[in-house]
Amino acid sequence: MSARDEVLTRVRAALQESDGAAAPELRGAMSAQAPVPRDYRAAGEDPPGSAAVIDLLDERVADYRAEVHRVAPHEIGTTVARILEGSSAVVVPSGLDAGWTSELAASGTALLTDSREAPLDVQTLDGADGVVTAARVAIAETGTIVLDGEPDQGRRAISLVPDLHVCVVRHDQAVQTVPEAVRLLAEHPERPQTWISGPSATSDIELVRVEGVHGPRTLHVLLVG
Amino acid sequence: MSTYLGLPTLRRKGDAGGRATPSGTRPDEPFGPVPHPDDPLRWGETFPQAARAALGNDQMRANLGHATSTIRAKRASVVGEVPDWEALRDAGAAIKTHVMAGLPDLLEELERNVTARGGVVHWARDAAEANRIVAELVRAAGVDEVVKVKSMATQEIGLNEALAEAGIAATETDLAELIVQLADDMPSHILVPAIHRNREEIRRIFLERMADAPADLTDAPRELAMAARAHLRRKFLTAKVAISGANFAVADTGTLSVVESEGNGRMCLTLPETLITVMGIEKLVPTFTDLEVFLQTLPRSSTGERMNPYTSLWTGVTPGDGPQKFHLVLLDNGRTRALADDVGRAALHCIRCSACLNVCPVYERVGGHAYGSVYPGPIGAVLTPQLTGSSGHGDPNSSLPFASTLCGACYDVCPVKIDIPSLLVHLRARVADEDRGRRVPTGWGAAMKAASAVMSDGGRFALAEKGTVVARILAGRKGYVRHLPFPASAWTASRDLPAPAKQTFRDWWAKEHEQPGERSDR
Amino acid sequence: MRIALTATCVADSMFPQAPRATVRLLERLGHEVFFPASQACCGQMHINTGYMDEAVPVVRNHVESFSPVLDGEWDAVVVPSGSCTGSIRHQQGMVCRRAGEDALGARADAVAAKTYELSELLVDVLGLSDVGAHFAHRVTFHPTCHSLRMLGVGDRPERLLRAVAGLELVDLPGADGCCGFGGTFALKNAPTSAAMLDDKVAAVRSTAAEVLVAGDYSCLMHIGGGLSRQHAGIGTMHLAEVLASTVDDPTPLPHAPAPRTRTAGAEVSR
Repeated sequence: MSARDEVLTRVRAALQESDGAAAPELRGAMSAQAPVPRDYRAAGEDPPGSAAVIDLLDERVADYRAEVHRVAPHEIGTTVARILEGSSAVVVPSGLDAGWTSELAASGTALLTDSREAPLDVQTLDGADGVVTAARVAIAETGTIVLDGEPDQGRRAISLVPDLHVCVVRHDQAVQTVPEAVRLLAEHPERPQTWISGPSATSDIELVRVEGVHGPRTLHVLLVG
Repeated sequence: MSTYLGLPTLRRKGDAGGRATPSGTRPDEPFGPVPHPDDPLRWGETFPQAARAALGNDQMRANLGHATSTIRAKRASVVGEVPDWEALRDAGAAIKTHVMAGLPDLLEELERNVTARGGVVHWARDAAEANRIVAELVRAAGVDEVVKVKSMATQEIGLNEALAEAGIAATETDLAELIVQLADDMPSHILVPAIHRNREEIRRIFLERMADAPADLTDAPRELAMAARAHLRRKFLTAKVAISGANFAVADTGTLSVVESEGNGRMCLTLPETLITVMGIEKLVPTFTDLEVFLQTLPRSSTGERMNPYTSLWTGVTPGDGPQKFHLVLLDNGRTRALADDVGRAALHCIRCSACLNVCPVYERVGGHAYGSVYPGPIGAVLTPQLTGSSGHGDPNSSLPFASTLCGACYDVCPVKIDIPSLLVHLRARVADEDRGRRVPTGWGAAMKAASAVMSDGGRFALAEKGTVVARILAGRKGYVRHLPFPASAWTASRDLPAPAKQTFRDWWAKEHEQPGERSDR
Repeated sequence: MRIALTATCVADSMFPQAPRATVRLLERLGHEVFFPASQACCGQMHINTGYMDEAVPVVRNHVESFSPVLDGEWDAVVVPSGSCTGSIRHQQGMVCRRAGEDALGARADAVAAKTYELSELLVDVLGLSDVGAHFAHRVTFHPTCHSLRMLGVGDRPERLLRAVAGLELVDLPGADGCCGFGGTFALKNAPTSAAMLDDKVAAVRSTAAEVLVAGDYSCLMHIGGGLSRQHAGIGTMHLAEVLASTVDDPTPLPHAPAPRTRTAGAEVSR
């Protein structure tokens, strides 16, 4: 018998005795027949993009010691240029709004365009000073930004290897709760997703939090609206 | 041993010889005699023996006490701010129940969806088979070096040692795993494997065993973390093959997920050409939206953060983005044995958050090594013996269900509501049932049988109470007993025992209440 | 109310002051207390050690002893112990069913539904938070794991204690931490149990209380044994003993080995 068939046979045999539910004597035991109770919040009390949601997102992202910038749409280019001032090379995904980086380019920084079709090699990414991307959705309660690899966000590697990440989030992309974000992302589950909550961090030494390990050590989030 | 271990990644099974003495330090080995277990789920002595040794290590106890109290406070604070926490726990428990009940179909659904998206699914009956599959895949990729994301499943099967035997060097990239690997140690915590080490010990490990560690390295956590970053960066940027575990696999989409903090996971999951993921068959969730439950409960329960810094989700192969070859190894290794027990199967609901370790008063005192398994703490005490089964009396794993006071703190924090205290009692019953089959009963068995007769009858119990006059004599006028012979000496080693009452309650009652004529005020 | 008392095997033989105080308190509050003499033990020790088959006759005896509560002979059963109440409520039925004794299991569940730990009975059933007690001493309270987490009694005992006239309640640091008793754990894993006990004893001593109070004499036996060994000068009392105490009929402080004068300073400063 193949390993596959044997494992599946064992699983079926193990379940034959009962319906797969844990013994009812255990506290917290649930029936395997009853539907999953979903009494948790499927959405927050504040609608996506509302002032309350943006304020909470701002607070929670900043809590991870990421830099938050509240800007109007016409200020994106200037803010990006200011953050990346003096950089020699910055990575941009091919689908990024060109207006966001035109001022930066005009100041003499080289823009390195990356796409699935024409990917930059990892050494080039490692040599870049930073990366600018858009986002798919942001979660206020947890201070999380999610990228799903579409052309304005780029391949996973570009928001990983450069040491500084500038991420632009529109107000209407911000939701209050995790379930709201997951249900939106479930429209395209096949897309590679990266959920980012602050800069990379470790607490492996005496549980002291150290920001900045392997991922970008600096994260800037522009909240635009 | 003063030899410089330049290639700790090539450690083979049983290299060190000697027995696994948790966390002690032998003078000839700078970082402790390291358990090199043949079986990562069964090593060292019985729990009471190993715990006794661990209790003698003051440094480790201090490290653990500090770490667990810190993380307990963090968890309590971020769980407290979630208004629907109990509803999330209920949903998590129910989803996992559904997973177990529907496991065969869900596994096949996962396989179909991963395959449809360009992945290759392999099945492994046990550790040896999983290790063989992974080694062959690495060889087929033409390399002898791999980078690894922290993974309990690969710890459980001893993958690093098996790869070393096949001539393949595996580098752990999670900071704590790297510390453990460099020190030739074993992990002592599910989430923070080096929790038993403090900053100064970590500094010494880096200086001695990390070739490119800066000579002027201090013990500041930031500096230590930066030294690890520098050490691993070249490996990340050049690795051809990565190996990971998985926190979740979604049956209805074929999506895999890894939850992490440092970005080492993203490095491994994104940059190499080939990704091999080893996953226990119980780690499934039925639908993509089920993630909305666990991505709330896992980070808050484990690191005490609202959300961990990085969560990666991938579905098979994405052309032009990330590894272009993806292999998923589905591992049994005792899980179907646990599944066959309708009480014990609840332990398979575990999402490896380690909250139960952090609140456990026993774990806090003795540390993870005393459990003799890569799964320590309360969940380890129920999961380990179920995965391995019992090899009979004298199996150190049969001492694990007794490694608890049943205080219940673990159940209260479990994000999927595993009733660990009741599972422990259930497993204790299994040990007792085994003993009952012996021709010569154990001391405990005989005592319990005798006590059963006495304690199931008020008259016999009253008679037995009269027998306690001996203890009263022992206690003398002081009113308490200071020394008793074995086995009660285990009690009197550090506690006095009060003398039994001169007049039992039932005698008093009979006198006061059954003969109203003689009734006094009390 | 007509209330049947489960004395518990430990208190019956070793700490009769707890069930006696329970009787004294409930009678003072105007209730009638009954002690079915056929009772012996709830089975907790057998169950938690894994000897389920041996536990069945013990459970059967308990259920039969208290079955009259189902026929209305008594209104409730009271237990001056959190862990015994927990075992009655969450384990007895399971043990019976495991042995194929479903009818007995159902009966056990029915009896358990009318069984209350002392603070539950006072607060939830009798609707009291002030029982009119007087106890002019400095007291600290250990909530005990099974009362806290198996029964979920919450702050009921503390509410009752705060209402006691003259009583000064001092917070116990790390109160919800286990004392390390765990039944046979204290014997099977004695050094680990002792390490936990050390921390609990140190916390109790840091309160400088005159007496440590808890709702379970198993835990009190353990912590009290440590306090006594260290000559801490802090005695132990059951919640019932404090609540039974009045101006006219005070409960005396228990005997507690006093600090040895020469080492007392060193021990306290530790």
